[in-house]
Amino acid sequence: MIKLETINANVYYGASHALKNISMQLESNTVTALIGPSGCGKSTYLRLFNRMNDLIENIRIEGEILIDGKNIYQKGTNVDSLRKSTGMIFQKPNPFPKSIFENVAYGLRVNGINDAAFIQERVETSIQQVALWDEVKDKLKKSAFELSGGQQQRLCIARALAIQPSIILMDEPTSALDPISTSKIEELMYELKAKYTIVIVTHNMQQAARVSDKTAFFYLGELIEYSQTKELFTNPKIEKTQNYITGRFG
Amino acid sequence: MQSSSKKFSERFIEGLLLISSSITSLTVVLIVLFLFKEGLGLFSHSAIEEGNVIAVNKNNQVSVLSGEQLKNIFDQKIVNWKELGGSNDSIILFRLEDISNYYSDEQIGENFEHLPECISKLNDSISGIISFFPDKYWTKDFKGKKIEFDPITMKEVFAGKEWFPTAHPAAQLGIAPLLLGTLWVSLGAILLALPLGLASAVYLSEIANKKVRSILKPLIELLAGIPSVVYGFFGLVVIVPLIQQLFNLPVGETGLAGSIILGIMALPTIITISEDAMNTTPRAMKEASLALGASKWQTIYKIVIPYSISGITAAAILGIGRAIGETMAVLMVTGNAAIIPHSLLEPVRTIPATIAAELGEAPAGGLHYKALFALGCILFVITLIINLIVEFISSRKKYQNS
Ligand SMILES: Nc1ncnc2c1ncn2[C@@H]1O[C@H](COP(=O)(O)OP(=O)(O)OP(=O)(O)O)[C@@H](O)[C@H]1O
Ligand SMILES: [Mg+2]
Repeated sequence: MIKLETINANVYYGASHALKNISMQLESNTVTALIGPSGCGKSTYLRLFNRMNDLIENIRIEGEILIDGKNIYQKGTNVDSLRKSTGMIFQKPNPFPKSIFENVAYGLRVNGINDAAFIQERVETSIQQVALWDEVKDKLKKSAFELSGGQQQRLCIARALAIQPSIILMDEPTSALDPISTSKIEELMYELKAKYTIVIVTHNMQQAARVSDKTAFFYLGELIEYSQTKELFTNPKIEKTQNYITGRFG
Repeated sequence: MQSSSKKFSERFIEGLLLISSSITSLTVVLIVLFLFKEGLGLFSHSAIEEGNVIAVNKNNQVSVLSGEQLKNIFDQKIVNWKELGGSNDSIILFRLEDISNYYSDEQIGENFEHLPECISKLNDSISGIISFFPDKYWTKDFKGKKIEFDPITMKEVFAGKEWFPTAHPAAQLGIAPLLLGTLWVSLGAILLALPLGLASAVYLSEIANKKVRSILKPLIELLAGIPSVVYGFFGLVVIVPLIQQLFNLPVGETGLAGSIILGIMALPTIITISEDAMNTTPRAMKEASLALGASKWQTIYKIVIPYSISGITAAAILGIGRAIGETMAVLMVTGNAAIIPHSLLEPVRTIPATIAAELGEAPAGGLHYKALFALGCILFVITLIINLIVEFISSRKKYQNS
């Protein structure tokens, strides 16, 4: 089933053309990896799906961006509720300056949920989902800054899961983490894929190969190649892709 | 050769820098020392006007009075010695000019040569008398008792309700009205300026686009550069009449007028510092909030403001600091009545305004002069505390970030 789709998507930052005619379909319950050299537009593309780019001054977005077949840039789209249905994980762990508990509860509270028992339960299951419960269950009232980087990042994932999105957008989620935390998060992605559609930007070829079902290679704002991950890494159709994945540039 | 001469010039510059910084620090220390030396000198003085004597009948049981009691006696608020622990005898006031009620010009003598004798006799014959006269008329064989005065106490100064440093025969140096006036006006200023300043800071930092910000920010910073007389003048011709009409008051020069002017003057400090603090909120943190479906407003009050709260607090406290020390504008619009204010719609007088207005007429080294220096010390301590609080808050902020 097609969950996300872009049709001739173009993005301009002022005069610079950051994404060029990207047409792509992303399936539900899969992990799609976006790879490519720095500045090729991966983050820009990822942020189309929760309209995070809207915050940038002088940005121009053209084409159609669809979630479940609906154009999310149509007039009258409720951006806040759109963002509620997509969770986003950032490059660096970015917990709020609040307690561990309140970090996870935040998304519920801002969406108008006040039922304490419900929040309690949802926070607990979300933290369990990211396999952090045993580590933090005794210090939920402590500041989230007291956790290690890897724990913080898992907390951020729990925070995103708490509002029960159907899509998870991850922008280099492990680039600031140690190998053990990284592998924990990769395992997590594998489990989450049963329920969510996951898009991950990564600079790590092995990671893309390990966690994703499909991979898209971007270069200078263009989508060069998009296919099954195995296929793309073992038998790329295009020379640029070949050069990139073998580390000859980028 | 060249390298050694370079070394010499570097040393020379280092030496210059060292000297100038030592001179600066030394100057500051000297000023503070001077301030406290003069200010604390107040407490070795007695409240009675220098060069004068207070005397009573030698059978009077009262032999020590405080400045406040003396003032109340001469204001006829205390009329009987028993109120002061003496015998039941009504108090009879005697000032030098009253002498003609008792003696004729001949008796006193052409050149007042018999005056000391006359005063002495009066003190001897009237049992309830209290007399106030220059000490040059006090003679060795004076037939009366000299009243002793304790030096001025901290309690008299800090709890005293009256500021009347030129009162006869005893100066009243209660700073409570001035202290309260200062605090009221500053508090009013901050209550007005904080919401407005915070709103502007939020607007500048989170809502305004680059273009608007590039116009507004310099404008607000310009506000900080306007001389305070100009603010005072503006207050006098615009705000004072407005308040008078609005509240239907006899005079518009009130604490409120001072608060408004000081509030306006504190705005640039509050806006720029709290805006800078809000700008330090990591973009990723705001994006994380928005990505969870929080609206812009929710993000501002649940993330941006809590994150920058220590900067905002520092801004507010610095704003108060600016208001407390401000002199000119307040002097012009508050009416300067040294009475304990009961509302902001009464004239009040602040510490800096008092110093500025009275120092010129206080004889150097005198009681009044020292009292004004004591006020300066108090102001210094208040601002020092404020600076320490700001220092503490911002150091805590650094700790939190690392
Ligand atoms: N806010 C912005 N304003 C102007 N230009 C931008 C902005 N954000 C990105 N760009 C430009 O758009 C292009 C694509 O940026 P993007 O962040 O999507 O790249 P990326 O593939 O995520 O790179 P990286 O791997 O370094 O994160 C770059 O050339 C970048 O300079
Ligand atoms: Mg990126």
